[in-house]
Amino acid sequence: MNKIKRRANEIVGNLRLIWKEPFLFISIVAIFYFLTVFVAFPIFQVFKNSIIIKGHLDFSNYLAIFSKKYYFQPFFNSMILGISTATIGTLVGFVFAYALTRTPIPFKHFFRVTATFPIISPPFVVALAAILLFGRTGVLTPYLSKIIGKYSIYGLGGLIIVETIAYSPTAFLTLFGILQAVDPALEEASMDLGASRAKVFSTVTLPLTTPGIASAWLLVFIQSMADFGNPMVISGNFRVLSVQAFLQITGMYDLPRGSTLAILLLLPTLIAFFVQKYWVSRKSYVTVTGKPTGATIKQLEWYIKAPVYFCCIFFTAMVFLFYGMIVYGSFQTLWGVNAAITLQNYIETFQVGKDYLMDSLTLSTIATPITGILGMFLAFLIIRKKFIGRGLMEFVSMLTFAVPGTVVGIGYIIAFNVRSTLFPFVITGTAWIIITLLIFRNMPVGIRSGIAALQQIDPSIEEASTDLGADSNTTFRKITLPMIAPAFFSGLAYSFVKAMTAISAVIFVVSGKWNLITIAVLGFVDNAQYAQAAAMSLILISIVLVALGVIQLVVNRVGKGTRSVSLVG
Amino acid sequence: MKQDYLTLENLVKIFETGKNSLKAVDNVSVKVKEGELVTLLGPSGCGKTTTLRMIAGFEIPTSGKIFIDGKEISSIPPNQRPTTMVFQNYALFPHMTVFENISYGLKIRKEPLRNIKKKTEKIINLVGLEGLSKRSPAHLSGGQQQRVSLARSLVMEPKVLLLDEPLSNLDAKLRISTRLEIRKLQQRIGITSVYVTHDQEEAMTLSDRVVIMNEGKIQQLGTPQEIYAYPTNYFVADFIGKANFLNGKVLRVLPSKKLEIEVNGCKFAIGLHNRFFKENDKILLLMRPESVDLFPKKPQSIVGVIQQIIYLGSHLVYEIKVNEGIVTVEISNPLSQKSYSIGEEVSLCPKEDSLHVLPYEEIRK
Repeated sequence: MNKIKRRANEIVGNLRLIWKEPFLFISIVAIFYFLTVFVAFPIFQVFKNSIIIKGHLDFSNYLAIFSKKYYFQPFFNSMILGISTATIGTLVGFVFAYALTRTPIPFKHFFRVTATFPIISPPFVVALAAILLFGRTGVLTPYLSKIIGKYSIYGLGGLIIVETIAYSPTAFLTLFGILQAVDPALEEASMDLGASRAKVFSTVTLPLTTPGIASAWLLVFIQSMADFGNPMVISGNFRVLSVQAFLQITGMYDLPRGSTLAILLLLPTLIAFFVQKYWVSRKSYVTVTGKPTGATIKQLEWYIKAPVYFCCIFFTAMVFLFYGMIVYGSFQTLWGVNAAITLQNYIETFQVGKDYLMDSLTLSTIATPITGILGMFLAFLIIRKKFIGRGLMEFVSMLTFAVPGTVVGIGYIIAFNVRSTLFPFVITGTAWIIITLLIFRNMPVGIRSGIAALQQIDPSIEEASTDLGADSNTTFRKITLPMIAPAFFSGLAYSFVKAMTAISAVIFVVSGKWNLITIAVLGFVDNAQYAQAAAMSLILISIVLVALGVIQLVVNRVGKGTRSVSLVG
Repeated sequence: MKQDYLTLENLVKIFETGKNSLKAVDNVSVKVKEGELVTLLGPSGCGKTTTLRMIAGFEIPTSGKIFIDGKEISSIPPNQRPTTMVFQNYALFPHMTVFENISYGLKIRKEPLRNIKKKTEKIINLVGLEGLSKRSPAHLSGGQQQRVSLARSLVMEPKVLLLDEPLSNLDAKLRISTRLEIRKLQQRIGITSVYVTHDQEEAMTLSDRVVIMNEGKIQQLGTPQEIYAYPTNYFVADFIGKANFLNGKVLRVLPSKKLEIEVNGCKFAIGLHNRFFKENDKILLLMRPESVDLFPKKPQSIVGVIQQIIYLGSHLVYEIKVNEGIVTVEISNPLSQKSYSIGEEVSLCPKEDSLHVLPYEEIRK
């Protein structure tokens, strides 16, 4: 009984402290409200729609999962795709990360940029490039057919190639960080005790990085499962959950079926997210040591260097090939018909696509700062403040990271189509639904980088501020925020990129009045107007690059000795 | 007569960092005898750790050679050298237990399981880790982690044991007790060792000989007594212990290795040890605080005015202003001596045979 009483007292005590600061109290309540309405509620609606059909509780959809092909097949396909992409992508990412942290490979900065470049591009651009290269009228198709015979880029094979290129960077970033953080002294100690290079790797490096490898695998798996843009373009007859859910809802207006497919998509990704966050990442032995010795082993035998270098060069060549193709394709008059070089596509894009561009820019520019500040503030609350439900707040705010965009998109149109007691406004068809979607989709990354930054700051600094009379709000503004500024800008950069290149969720909520550039590109691809699609994609990528450059400049001014803008929380 | 077991011959290490190059180790030559513990001592950045890492094989010398037991090892990779190292942060494998950590090297060497078990258990007892075999490093105290690191290196029975500031992560009291243990262990096993530290007390306590380094170069190599009593230059004299320096000049060279010098108008006769001087050479007189007696002001002596008195129980510290600055004098057992007060003029009289002469250098304060 005492334990319960103590816990109750603790909760009341914390509440009292917070009550003394009205702004803080209101913020916490407000955030709980927003998280409930814009994160939990939509997902719940999707689930509800899969089991309530025509007003009755009806589990027939779930019972039909294993019997009906239209459920079973996409699920099976998505899983196969996810597992394959995750495995190959993690391997590629590991080789790259190993090359950049343990070998004397030249041009490290260059390789690092190419390894992470696909992250900033809209997700379906790689698929588009694949079509330009290997599609029916692809540039390399005649040569490839000679080697491997008749083939089609559409389907599982093409998807694996495309998604591997698109998502290996995620694995790379995770593994790069992990390999860098392994104390070099451990590998040296192992050598010192007589282990050969291979033994060092198998007995020390690999065991220590296994949690990181598992993390990377799960992250790529989640991204592949949730991928919408690439399958939309290149899946052909290979049906995957994300596309099927979309088609059921927007094409067939079959809400229960679409919702069920969405839930089927949600379950594996949610499980993977949980495993990664609550089990694998806890098992990490790797801690960031205070003193960077920078003493990594530099001499390597040729039979290690050769295959590693080759893999890096090959992957880099692929990246250049694919993105180069986009550039090349954008200057074609009419793909597959007229290869005359022209600027017409760009002119057309600016004329026709100007509205889309402005819409995307406007909405992203509004959403991004809100995402950044909200994310930082949430990180601050989670790390520095104690209140009941804090763990729940953290969990829910991270949820949108794990939930595939398709699921969120469906949830939003169901949830905000009618007034509800929870949220008495209808925002479907307005700019607000898109903005809120962007905010809550991208918030987790801002929160994560905020948490990471805050954990590096000694709490005693903020305690000193409080000791001298500042309330939480002032401390946050004057002390905490300046110290986490680099992480803040990192979060901003990532949010902006993700907002500009979003598709899987927003495709459900766009309307006549507000439309996004990514959807315009998808439209072009649908019409086989590949050259125009390429031109528009390139413009989009350029805008993103400029924005990143600007933010990097700001970071250089503000942050002292900080790393460059990191795109993974 | 013990042989030269570890020989460093003209070692040089230059690091190229982009546009600049850094000469971290500048022509270092040392001969370590079998069973000796030699310490590389010096301030941060003096090159001592780089030298140690060259012996271990983690850095390749830009030029120079290293010999162990007569064999040149300069081009042998680290995992094949007969050396093991105790790392500064212990570098214990976090995914292995204490037993697995210690027996790691023996397993790599493919020793039979029975031997591994016997040797590992023996060393665990030797360093005092009984009962902790199955623990993981995260659940050990700092002192215990240190002992695991030591045991892991010792169990390999290397020809040379290397220690890279192994005590710097321990608290002060633990440091003192552990360093004695390490020394006793080293002497008992008789293992040739090279120890790196920036803590001079540690160096003086542990070493058979000390190598003082600064900016990549060896300043002096000798026993702790030699280093303390007869430093060869200003850096060494200032680095070890406390020191006062007075400007002076050589008057005459006397027979039987003596020198007559003049400081502040007074003449002294000093014994020479490791330097040669000529008439009229400018010199620095090294006066350790404990080597001076105080008398009431008298003629023909170095005179000063007492500025500060610090009472430390076992001794009194006087800060006395002389011509060129402040001289610190320590008087032990103050109750049995005459005490002086602030403002009093006193004469500083060095005790017999306790002065030392250094070549003149501009003192950078």
